[in-house]
Amino acid sequence: MPIPIMDEIKVIEIKKSVFADNEKDADALRAELKQKGVFLLNLMSAPGSGKTTTLIQLINRIKDKVRVAVMEADIDSDVDAVKIKEATGVPSIQLHTGGMCHLDAEMTRQGLDNIKTGDMDLVILENVGNLVCPAEFDTGATRNAMILSVPEGDDKPLKYPLMFTVCDLVIINKTDTLPYFDFDMDKCRTNILKRNPNAEIIPISAKTGDGLDTLAEWLLHEVNSLNPKL
Amino acid sequence: MHELGIVFYIIRDVKKVAEENHVEQISTVVMDIGEVSTVVPHLLTDCWRWAADKEEMLKGCELKVNTIPAVTWCDDCHTQYETIKFGKTCPNCHSENTWLLRGNEVEIREIRVAT
Repeated sequence: MPIPIMDEIKVIEIKKSVFADNEKDADALRAELKQKGVFLLNLMSAPGSGKTTTLIQLINRIKDKVRVAVMEADIDSDVDAVKIKEATGVPSIQLHTGGMCHLDAEMTRQGLDNIKTGDMDLVILENVGNLVCPAEFDTGATRNAMILSVPEGDDKPLKYPLMFTVCDLVIINKTDTLPYFDFDMDKCRTNILKRNPNAEIIPISAKTGDGLDTLAEWLLHEVNSLNPKL
Repeated sequence: MHELGIVFYIIRDVKKVAEENHVEQISTVVMDIGEVSTVVPHLLTDCWRWAADKEEMLKGCELKVNTIPAVTWCDDCHTQYETIKFGKTCPNCHSENTWLLRGNEVEIREIRVAT
């Protein structure tokens, strides 16, 4: 009888990307939403770029044309959900990520379960403020958008390439501060298009309302192309 | 700090594999992490220690990180070069018509179990 070797190690090969399951979940969620005629916009940005202010301005311009709800994702607190509800009157829920820096498709699905999606044409997901992690995790959104604000600098597309690669729309916010910062709009456009030649770029000022009509038009057009009945 | 989120994904995946293979205790998990995957290996192993010890199957289990060097391919002069050193611009012909060949991996390569 052979003597058993206690330290013998069995190796089980896996060779699998840790994102593979999430990508599958995200594709399934995207297909389901399409069938229901619900457009999910995943809005990302760094903290303080003006996501919530932009959303309030945007929603007030489109809420008579489409039925819209908002999901706010943060590590903690419900300040954003309350602010949106008070300023726009549209349904708004707060998701807590429990310390995580992003939402994934499963968390997004759980959030959507708390919204009457059957009554909605558009759900906007305000992702956790962060330029790295949310870009790694597909939420299952119909479209990805991000906000870059002027004070952050025109070089951000070079420093956070993945974020700019995954976004269909880049909103450049706080254009009212352009006179005070060394922000080169043309250079910024070039830097974005270098990462993503198909990106739509819309400069706005959520404070003055400048460019918001163009942004509202873009979004309504996208929502209508998913659901031509509207 | 997406390392913690990634650790939760790894735990979920390896637990599934262990159950399928009737394994009760995993001693090592080996990861392939690309140099430009945006995952910081020491943060990953720190998060791993904290989270893995909360799982019966993974108590004391080591996370080994195998780094995959990043290599970029130039479509214009058909050469490859080190991504970390030269970035998006090809050092041979200065073209920006380049793309990443490898170095973006966040993969579970294998698990090891004592028999």
